[in-house]
Amino acid sequence: MQPAATAAAMTPMLSLDGITKVFPGVRALSEVSLQLYPGQVTALVGENGAGKSTVVKILTGIYQPDGGTITLDGAAVTFPNAKAAADAGITAIHQETVLFDELTVAENIFLGHAPRGRFGLIDTAEMVRKAAAILHGIEAAIDPDTRLRDLGIASKHLVAIARALSIDARIVIMDEPTAALSHKEITELYALVEKLKAQGKAILFISHKFDEIFRIADHYTVFRDGQFVGAGAITDVTPDALVQMMVGRAVDQIFPKRGHKTGREVLKVVGYDHPTEFEGINFTLHQGEILGFYGLVGAGRSEFMQSLFGITRPAKGVTRIDGAVTVIRSPADAVANGIVYVPEDRGRQGAIMALPIFQNITIPSLHRTSRHGFLRLAREFELARDYTTRLDLRAASLDTPVGNLSGGNQQKVVIAKWLATQPRVIILDEPTKGIDIGSKAAVHAFMAELAAQGLAIIMVSSEIPEVLGMSDRVIVMREGRIVAEVAGDGMTPETLVRHAAGIGAAA
Amino acid sequence: MTARIIPDRLQSPLQRRLKSWETLLLAVAVAIFIFNSFASEYFLNAWNLSDATFNFTEKAMIAFAMALLIIAGEIDLSVAAIIALASTAMGAAAQIGASPSVLVLIGLGTGLACGAFNAVLVTVMGLPSIVVTIGTMSLFRGISYIVLGDTAYGGYPAGFAFFGQGYVWWVISFEFVLFAILAVIFGVLLHLTSFGRTVYAIGNNPTGALFSGIRVARVKFILFLLTGLMSGIAAICLTSRLGSTRPSIAFGMELEVVTMVVLGGVSILGGSGSIPGVVIAAFVMGLVTFGLGLLNVPGIVMSIVIGALLIGVIALPRIWAMRRL
Repeated sequence: MQPAATAAAMTPMLSLDGITKVFPGVRALSEVSLQLYPGQVTALVGENGAGKSTVVKILTGIYQPDGGTITLDGAAVTFPNAKAAADAGITAIHQETVLFDELTVAENIFLGHAPRGRFGLIDTAEMVRKAAAILHGIEAAIDPDTRLRDLGIASKHLVAIARALSIDARIVIMDEPTAALSHKEITELYALVEKLKAQGKAILFISHKFDEIFRIADHYTVFRDGQFVGAGAITDVTPDALVQMMVGRAVDQIFPKRGHKTGREVLKVVGYDHPTEFEGINFTLHQGEILGFYGLVGAGRSEFMQSLFGITRPAKGVTRIDGAVTVIRSPADAVANGIVYVPEDRGRQGAIMALPIFQNITIPSLHRTSRHGFLRLAREFELARDYTTRLDLRAASLDTPVGNLSGGNQQKVVIAKWLATQPRVIILDEPTKGIDIGSKAAVHAFMAELAAQGLAIIMVSSEIPEVLGMSDRVIVMREGRIVAEVAGDGMTPETLVRHAAGIGAAA
Repeated sequence: MTARIIPDRLQSPLQRRLKSWETLLLAVAVAIFIFNSFASEYFLNAWNLSDATFNFTEKAMIAFAMALLIIAGEIDLSVAAIIALASTAMGAAAQIGASPSVLVLIGLGTGLACGAFNAVLVTVMGLPSIVVTIGTMSLFRGISYIVLGDTAYGGYPAGFAFFGQGYVWWVISFEFVLFAILAVIFGVLLHLTSFGRTVYAIGNNPTGALFSGIRVARVKFILFLLTGLMSGIAAICLTSRLGSTRPSIAFGMELEVVTMVVLGGVSILGGSGSIPGVVIAAFVMGLVTFGLGLLNVPGIVMSIVIGALLIGVIALPRIWAMRRL
């Protein structure tokens, strides 16, 4: 692979070569390369978990690589901390930028590096003047004295960009910058990227949206599972070829073999609407079935699932369980009707970290383990032991706080908690996100076993191998709507990516 | 493959209890008791000790309910104002000749109504409890001031005096018995029932509790009701003991109640604490005030000592941990 050859005689401003990053149990990056050129945009493309954000964190000094070299302007450099990266002129604009609502635009732009006047006090006039100049430079009609909370999301984004530019960056990283923007705002962002290019800045552009990659990028680099797959000029590649590179051919993870004998209909969802998150959701779920929900982050999958579980009320929509209309106003109602939800956010929603394992498991089952409202600890330990053994939990004792366990074992506790309620339908939201390979395999094996016992399973996942390896059917969501439902031979990585990214027309 | 057996516990409940906050606090209580008995010859006297319990019994009754509320991550600062309003309502009823049993019902009813008012604002409207109850603190006591102004209600029926002045057996007062019964009831409720378990779950992680199918708003509603009810009970005892009602009755008591709860080892951030801890804290505070009273220490110095005690006892484990680093 010779990206430099396609980029003619240009020398990169920044070059990563053979960069490796290892986390306990995971090889996040394995000898990857990436080049950024002055005045040009390089798109970094890959599925979730491909290693894109790890690269961003290495470039901004948050992570240190375990191997490889970073070359800036022909000289080898290291970024031991965030300040070193900033001093080298590297800045990142994230999807969710950290800004402060109660501060003014100028204060946000210069927080931490404000111009100082006499006695080391902040020179407010100078700061406002400089902020106005930067905002003018990106053609943002924003008053530097405005409080940030009075701005819309798009203007906040421009402030984030202005902040990035205020440290005189030469290399700008944009991590899914358009995820929260409207069509018009996206067009303005493109214009801004053109301006930055004209100023000779090197831009790393991370996006899942193919239309924008082909519109503004000059080069592409593809990662898959922490490996470098390919790079070149954007004019030399087609969207189809890029999708091929992203998803690869081999699904190397081993998934449990399952028979496809699904039973009668358990759950039917008709016409679920929400004013902002999702629209027109209809589907059915059968006994013993694993139904996959695939989509990009922000496609509305989790929001819909939480609505089904009674956390948020939909504007309209009917849930039928075994054919009977069931009204679910709260999670307690959902649990009583046999619908349970394993959330993506384990720390905040899934488990109560400070409480011991057995108490976490019995919370929704206390009416069964207690008598006349009085706790019976022996029964609680019995129930907890039963389900933790089935899930092969690793823990010092059942009295250990869940927060002391590894991510994979925490997830097993959350799943055990719900299985102990003997549910009809279990919704798993990114069930293996952030857990080690061994626990992942255990969770997958257990899902297959549960389906074989007749439980109906909904699995929300952004990992293509997992979706394809585990599901009987897959529903693809994009921008709050179901855009495709595929089963059998129709379940290919290419179809899922196309529908999720909105390039389904060619399929 | 044989499944590995995970033990229930590594530490027995007894071992854990020995290392607990409650044990430390009990040691403090014993030390104060011994100190007091040397400091004043009047201390070790059954009647004097019995009188001293009135220093904490009414506060402790509220503190039990407040402990549950704080463990669940909420707070009620209007409790002393509820006493004022309930006492005023009972006083007004006494003026038109209400019987002791009617007065008790009015006291309990006013407490429950005030608790329900707080509960609706917090759990239905979703307002922060600290702000709501600072507001209702002024509101409830404000009503008492409007009704009473500079005057006072007196003339309670003779039978009503029993609740605050009566003795069940020898030196054992009715209030002390009530305190003991309520301590057991709240201890059982918090530590031995499903309801108590959900209180801890909510205090540790309200979102996680909701996502686990707990009816979080309902549990909090009940806790505000209980706190109101206990304030009503305290109002009956206090009014009966004083025999009159002024709008300034129990002024500032909410802070002493919160102090008692925190001293008892309840985390002000919610999620942990116990009723035995609050019971011991009640005795510690009672013994300190009584001891200082015997030494003729003025009231203002007493509150300084209580404040120092609170900070000292809270800081002690932290200092201990720092020394070991």
